Amino acid sequence: MSRARVVPRTVSLLLLLAGALLIMLPFIWLILVSLKPADEIFSPDVRFLPTRIEWTNYVRAFVEVDLARFLMNGLIVVAGILFFQIAFAVPCAYALSQRRFVGRQVIFGMILAALLVPFHVAAIPIFLGLAELRLVNTYTALIVPFVASAFGMFLFRQFFSQIPADLFDAARVDGLSETAIVWRIAFPLAMPAASAFAVFSVTAHWNDLFWPLIATSDPALATPPRGIVYFRDQEAGDDMGPLMAAAAIVTAPLVIGFLVAQRKFTEGLAAGSLKG
Amino acid sequence: MIGLSRRARDGLTDLWLVGPASLALLVLIFVPVVAVAILSFTDYQFGARTFNFIGLENYKTLLTDPIGRRAITNTLLYVAIVIPFSMIFALLVAIGLHGMASWAAPLSRILRAAYFLPVAATLVAMAIAWQMLLHPSIGLVNTFLNAIGLPGQAWLSDRGLVLYTLAAIGIWQTIGYNMVLFLAGLAAIPGHLYEAAACDGADRQWERFWTVTWPMLGPTTLFVLVVTATNSFRVFETVATLTKGGPAFASDTLVYALYREGFVYFKAGYASAITIVFFVFVLVLTLTQFGLLERRVHYR
Repeated sequence: MSRARVVPRTVSLLLLLAGALLIMLPFIWLILVSLKPADEIFSPDVRFLPTRIEWTNYVRAFVEVDLARFLMNGLIVVAGILFFQIAFAVPCAYALSQRRFVGRQVIFGMILAALLVPFHVAAIPIFLGLAELRLVNTYTALIVPFVASAFGMFLFRQFFSQIPADLFDAARVDGLSETAIVWRIAFPLAMPAASAFAVFSVTAHWNDLFWPLIATSDPALATPPRGIVYFRDQEAGDDMGPLMAAAAIVTAPLVIGFLVAQRKFTEGLAAGSLKG
Repeated sequence: MIGLSRRARDGLTDLWLVGPASLALLVLIFVPVVAVAILSFTDYQFGARTFNFIGLENYKTLLTDPIGRRAITNTLLYVAIVIPFSMIFALLVAIGLHGMASWAAPLSRILRAAYFLPVAATLVAMAIAWQMLLHPSIGLVNTFLNAIGLPGQAWLSDRGLVLYTLAAIGIWQTIGYNMVLFLAGLAAIPGHLYEAAACDGADRQWERFWTVTWPMLGPTTLFVLVVTATNSFRVFETVATLTKGGPAFASDTLVYALYREGFVYFKAGYASAITIVFFVFVLVLTLTQFGLLERRVHYR
């Protein structure tokens, strides 16, 4: 290799490494502090590495607050939301792309318009409605506001409109009902779109703090970010290690998911840029 | 189903497939948007039995009250900082990694994952990590500054500094996302353009950037700009976790103000006006984004 190439390449490599290290710093620090004993965390003489590893921080994170509960709540909420989003979006998207009926354009227009509305805009009236129905502080309140995903409907519709109609006609000739076609033929074909959508939806709702902060005040219903904020607020100052351990555990599922399925994650999250 | 004509049956099927989703969109998005717009003209408080229409009073308060104005100017300043920095860094990283892919593909992929990590991570959890890094006395950042002879700062409690600190965290979180969008833009530039530029004498890195890369990235750059703006307008998690809008409203933003006024102080009418102002900003940006997307499709 010529020298003229080595120098710029080395420079760009070093800069990129330094930048990546800077980006990773909060992750590294989170892990390191979560492994430090309390006296080392609170020593004004800050050391980068712990002198001895304090695993008990991770145990105390589960004992001092109900972290297992927060994770379970997170799982219930993201799974519930995803289930209903798909249940609503897939049949609608299928009908919009493969069937002809009056009002098709109107409904597609509604989906496009709904894409423009950030969830925050609907928060106050939805809260009022849930309060009226006495549903505040329930799982329902955490799940129901998100079941109509215009983004999901849009994504699936785009996917289904690329599938040739002959395929569905053949299924009809075989005597399948439209509902059966949706779930037994169209949905399995749409797996690439579904997985990208799942990444988008699960990440958004696992990480959300805005709505859990509004819809619940009961710690037993706290989702992981809500739980972290509870823990931090009640923490008297000596629980920094366990708090950092809890934060590491909460973000671990998504980080691991991302590292395992990088392509799917990048695709799903980048597709979200279409959403208002 | 006997007795129903074929058309009626088809109609019922369509209704069965499309009805639930349409109804859900209506109840969960369109009705709330209308309701919040109406509420913004009232003095309604959560829990109250009645309310009065007070015209534009809420909007007047928001735009004249120092605290209300603060939320708007803070949000605009935050967005104005995050946009250029996150875009410039993301573009540099994307160009670097795109070039590296040709001679060290595995390393390029690992670095790309590292830069993207903050996008996938839970922001509230990472905000806790930032709080520790930025801690005035036991934080790594101030320790480092002291070690090189600079004074440490109260990053999250200094009124003049706090919004910039939050913007820095916003930049940290956005770079990876923008990098991915830029990488897609770079991959779409045909290689023969670079060869043509080289024939015309543009063989230095810098010249190639200005003659080929930058003009070809035009549509991508505009798109990234609008996406960054829309996303950073919603800044909430870091504010709620780290500062609660303080000290003295120095880091108050629109979405945080909407949360506080509505759900801490129960002023539903006023919070609705904040919501509408926020919505107008985001709407203008998102419509621009849709327009750009449309153009980008035709561009190809």
